Amino acid sequence: MSTIPADLRFAASHEWARLEADGSVTVGISEHAQQALGDVVFVELPEVGKVFSAGQEAGVVESVKAASDIYAPISGKVLAVNEALIDAPENVNSDPYGSWFFKLQPSAVAELQQLLDADAYKAVCVAAED
Amino acid sequence: MGLRTPLYSQHCALGAKLVDFGGWDMPLHYGSQVEEHHQVRRDCGVFDVSHMTVVDVAGPQAKAYLQLLLANDVEHLKTLGKALYSAMLNEQGGVLDDLIVYRMEDGYRLVVNAATREKDLAWLAVRRADFDIEVHERSDLAVLAIQGPQARLKTAALVSNARAKLIEQLQPFEGFAEDDWFIARTGYTGEDGLEIILPKDQAAGFFTELVGAGIAPIGLGARDTLRLEAGMNLYGQDMDENVSPLAANMAWTIAWEPHSRDFVGRHALESQQAAGTPLKLVGLVLEERGVLRGHQVVRIEGIGEGEITSGSFSPTLGKSIALARVPVATGSRAQVEIRSKWYPVRVVQPNFVRHGKALI
Repeated sequence: MSTIPADLRFAASHEWARLEADGSVTVGISEHAQQALGDVVFVELPEVGKVFSAGQEAGVVESVKAASDIYAPISGKVLAVNEALIDAPENVNSDPYGSWFFKLQPSAVAELQQLLDADAYKAVCVAAED
Repeated sequence: MGLRTPLYSQHCALGAKLVDFGGWDMPLHYGSQVEEHHQVRRDCGVFDVSHMTVVDVAGPQAKAYLQLLLANDVEHLKTLGKALYSAMLNEQGGVLDDLIVYRMEDGYRLVVNAATREKDLAWLAVRRADFDIEVHERSDLAVLAIQGPQARLKTAALVSNARAKLIEQLQPFEGFAEDDWFIARTGYTGEDGLEIILPKDQAAGFFTELVGAGIAPIGLGARDTLRLEAGMNLYGQDMDENVSPLAANMAWTIAWEPHSRDFVGRHALESQQAAGTPLKLVGLVLEERGVLRGHQVVRIEGIGEGEITSGSFSPTLGKSIALARVPVATGSRAQVEIRSKWYPVRVVQPNFVRHGKALI
């Protein structure tokens, strides 16, 4: 498994979340997720302004294999979506940690602490493979 | 652990993601199935298809036996080396398998599907009782397919002079033996290319040479999107024992003439034709973003409903395509239900891409 950036937190559903200097949270999906999905061909992003609770469906990633829901890892309001990803969905496969889906303004930053850190997430992935 | 071809350890070494296919551990892809698909359409690639079943039929009544068992007529193989695609039917006119048959020096060679191996061999065995023939499964052989516009050129550069000469001279749908290799200009991608049937103990070495020369290894994921674009059926999805060839875009493979040729399933097919077949296999194209997938429901206004038999994303077209079995009166538009929403689709001939060019 490739290196997981240390500044990311993870949901068990394989989304990563990064707290930015301006207080926003950037969201994408992990290396483990992109490998399991196979070639991504479409991404469906949420609308800017939409409000999600943690764990709510926020988007869809469609690969050659199947369509999978993306869940908001924490509660918040969508500040921006990565339009560029719509035209180049394959970036999700080639650069999962560099390809963001959307940015949230968190309603409760403390929710980030409830997410897994890199080591705990790695353990979840390894356990799932057994 | 499933069955493994002679190339299993190489697939692992090349980083293949392995999956089960009909009881075999096969490479789904080696990194990106979309990239592998493009590679075949633009250049060429090599597929390990050694899981498929090769059966040689020889003896004085080999022709008569196959004329009874196959819906297409081996009489059409007028000269050595000719090949044809055929359905093998049951008495009810359902498809037991689809296969290619080559006319060999001493009889015929059938290449049948991996997943239907036991069923096919049992069927062939039951039927051979009345014929003076020998039926040999060639489990000593491996099969490699090299497909794409550069396939013949690049393969010829790696083989003996005699084999290179054969490759240069081969016409489409022909196959000849050269020493202990059998080389055919057939395939399952809609591109030019070769299928090489060779002794198992030479397969790994040859595969290594092909890959070493820069010919990309291609997995089953790309194999499926390539054949779907080419409008080629996949047994078990697009047809099975309960489906008539007339409802599977295979009517063209039935050799009705001469009337005197009885073949297994003929009477049932004739009844079906007389009654009028209610269903047909068509192509679907989704112009919007999304992916059509097997078993999704197709709705045709004022006519009825059908079902997608095979669906996927088409890398060459950049949109999703499918084969679907629908009522015969279906026109040029329909709707497909994807995750509880209905999407409009175009209904087209079941043939989307040929030699790298879009047909729809």
